[in-house]
Amino acid sequence: MRPVETGVMAAKDMAFRPVAAPFWSRLSPRTLKVLLFVVCLVPLARLFVLGFSHGLGANPIEFVTRSLGTWTLSFLLITLAITPLRRFTGQGQWLRYRRMLGLFAFFYGMLHLTTYLWLDQFFDWGDILKDIYKRPFITFGMTAFLLLVPLAVTSNDRSVRALKRNWARLHKLVYPAAILAVLHYYWLVKLDVTQPVIYASVLSLLLGLRVWWWWQKRVPAAKAGNAVAPALASRGRQG
Amino acid sequence: MAADSTPRIVPTEITPESVYEKRREFLKGSLALALFASLPVQAALPAWRKTAWGRDESPNTWEEVTTYNNFYEFGTSKEDPAKNAGSLRPRPWTVSVEGECLKPRAWDIDALTKAFPLEERIYRMRCVEGWSMVIPWLGFPLAELIKQAQPTGKAKYVEFVTLKDTKQMPGQRWPVLDWPYVEGLRLDEAMHPLTLLSVGIYGKELPKQNGAPIRLVVPWKYGFKSAKSIVTIRFVEKQPTTAWNAAAANEYGFYSNVNPEVDHPRWSQARERRIGEFFKRKTEMYNGYGDQVAQLYAGMDLKKYF
Repeated sequence: MRPVETGVMAAKDMAFRPVAAPFWSRLSPRTLKVLLFVVCLVPLARLFVLGFSHGLGANPIEFVTRSLGTWTLSFLLITLAITPLRRFTGQGQWLRYRRMLGLFAFFYGMLHLTTYLWLDQFFDWGDILKDIYKRPFITFGMTAFLLLVPLAVTSNDRSVRALKRNWARLHKLVYPAAILAVLHYYWLVKLDVTQPVIYASVLSLLLGLRVWWWWQKRVPAAKAGNAVAPALASRGRQG
Repeated sequence: MAADSTPRIVPTEITPESVYEKRREFLKGSLALALFASLPVQAALPAWRKTAWGRDESPNTWEEVTTYNNFYEFGTSKEDPAKNAGSLRPRPWTVSVEGECLKPRAWDIDALTKAFPLEERIYRMRCVEGWSMVIPWLGFPLAELIKQAQPTGKAKYVEFVTLKDTKQMPGQRWPVLDWPYVEGLRLDEAMHPLTLLSVGIYGKELPKQNGAPIRLVVPWKYGFKSAKSIVTIRFVEKQPTTAWNAAAANEYGFYSNVNPEVDHPRWSQARERRIGEFFKRKTEMYNGYGDQVAQLYAGMDLKKYF
């Protein structure tokens, strides 16, 4: 998607060209974090404001469910953008906010699921189970949420220390969760898939970068130890 | 069908709109605006009579009916038609009745509303997406027009074509559906006394986002069967290829009768949310019009002909 590409370009330029320090560089990381926390609550606050001002349209339950769903997706993508941001800007400070953003993705996902279980189905467990079993888009959404649960549970420092290398391995579950979440959206839409395709494209870009980096890392390793056929290695270098 | 003996009334005797607006005070604050908007409009429609249809239902509000629409010619979100339909020009408008009939005719819309007595019917409307509304339509039975046209023995189906004009319908610039929008009914469905050609709601001319100036209303079928802003009504021998069926044949059948037992491949049709209500309600077979229409489908496998 074009906006993202230009964003990446801008970030790249910043790494090489000295630019005027943005205003937030003068704020302490702690203040920044508090500010970001408040900003992350804006989508939720908006729903309350709209709710009290008669602004949710003729089908408020659908409006709220959709809004919480797309914000869950957005927060997942923002979280997945942190590592690329860090690499392109060469600044490790981005990582400070990743956990909070990830937890907000979980938070909005939980609210989204709650609106489905409560407002949409009104805890009719028979129908809900049938939905999960029969409807691929519900199956995907539910699976995506379940994949996020262990990530949220192990998001504290103690778990990071206790799980050691396995923590990073475990948290790779965010990749399948994001893919399932986008498919969940794609399958729900009746015909006009523009919106889900935008999310899918951004996700492909973010995941594609990781595949690319993984491949780059692999090629020198293969050259050093001659485990991989040379032809394959050179093809990788050219690509 | 309920017979009714209510005498004809003139527009000045029409039930005040506030009666319809039981649940919302939407228009109360803007009485002047409402008067301004309704005066020229009501003048354009001939007198009409009330009927017993849906007397026990409580209709959705004007606001709900006119701001939550599926009309892809003006965009694919529910709010789009109300925002974008301003470009539609419902006058002058010609409806061409053609095909396998003895008396084809290009009807001017105003001649059409004068030729067939208008009546109000309150119908339930069930969308294939799982929501529903109750709408007081103003119109006349399609059967009246069909009888006039005198379909030949070859006429087995009736095809309805919506206007195709990207200037008036900006949504048609995107090939979401294969424009123009085409819908169809079997001749006996089209002749059924429940099937309406509607030119108004709430005693007023049809708003643009609801399919001005003339649309179909088939209350026992999912909403998308009720084609909007119709320019052609054509009698044909073969089952027409309809817009949604062409877009996704496994999801939208030709019949598309409301049926809680036949799910959409991606979601359940067992329940629906009536707009304005918190709890979902059970969806009724043929949208609750089974007594009137079930015999049309006697012996048919409704899972196959969905």
